[in-house]
Amino acid sequence: MRRLLFLVPLAVVIALVGVLAWPILEGRDPRSLPSVLLDKPIPPFELPGLTVDSSGLSAGELAGRPLLVNVFASWCAPCRHEIPLMVRLASEGVPIYGIAYKDDPAATQAFLAQLGDPYRGIGVDRDGRIAIEFGVYGVPETYVIDAAGRIRHRHVGAMTEDVARRTLLPLLEDLAQ
Amino acid sequence: MIRALALALALFAAASALAVQPDEMLDNPALEARAREISAVVRCLVCQNQSIDDSNADLARDLRKLVRERLQAGDGDQQVLDFLVARYGPFVLLEPPRTRSTWLLWYGPFALLGLGVVGVAIAAVARVRRTAVPEPLSPEERSRLNALLSDDAASADATGEVER
Repeated sequence: MRRLLFLVPLAVVIALVGVLAWPILEGRDPRSLPSVLLDKPIPPFELPGLTVDSSGLSAGELAGRPLLVNVFASWCAPCRHEIPLMVRLASEGVPIYGIAYKDDPAATQAFLAQLGDPYRGIGVDRDGRIAIEFGVYGVPETYVIDAAGRIRHRHVGAMTEDVARRTLLPLLEDLAQ
Repeated sequence: MIRALALALALFAAASALAVQPDEMLDNPALEARAREISAVVRCLVCQNQSIDDSNADLARDLRKLVRERLQAGDGDQQVLDFLVARYGPFVLLEPPRTRSTWLLWYGPFALLGLGVVGVAIAAVARVRRTAVPEPLSPEERSRLNALLSDDAASADATGEVER
């Protein structure tokens, strides 16, 4: 029994390595962070639209029903990648709103003309200040907002079919009930 | 030699001041110094292992500007940090706050060190006990030892005689 005492430090180290390695082995991206704004109301904002005529986007417009808010930019490669998927979701009736992050409105318009426009409304965040209010640290990011206007989920990085079907859409359905 | 050293020092000092652009700096040197101090402890969330003071990332630049705006608006240092934590979480601070979820991070190494010290102490005590107090010979062992020793003496005498 006393001899086994020498194995205690080894066991502790193995346990520690196991605990620390678990999230990595599980395939969790260490760079993606949970939003601190989870379950909190979206920050108040009012953003201009892409053109002088188009209406922009404000926090008030986002309340009332569960929806997705996608922060994107025409200069961001993963955003280009996720647009076709979002266009498909939009045609299925999923409400998606966009915040154009630090982008020239002309470039955003060309981007959407080329790839399709999944957004029911777009707000232009030229200096990225509203994105900071949301805690955005890299585009694209997608937020699930509930009917009361609270942030319920954040997905960092390009939206994939898998993420949409397994996480975002079921959550939207849950929130709609 | 001295000039080369001075040059090396100057270059070394310059390296740390690359990220902050002159147009970002505040005119008020006291406020600018506070902004630099705050920036040094705020994590750039794009690069994640650099402070926003060191990082050239776009978001770091925006956050540097934001820090300066808050300071100009009259915020205290802690208020500026709280503002950032409210949006990005405690991860935005390069030095994690001591909360229940970080105690393993802060105190784990010391706990491991303590465990090691205890282990070494136990091993050392055990060794001292083992070497310092050898078990005395039993009467049988003693008599056998004596027999062996006297045997040796006898044979040594014998060979000695042959040689002579």
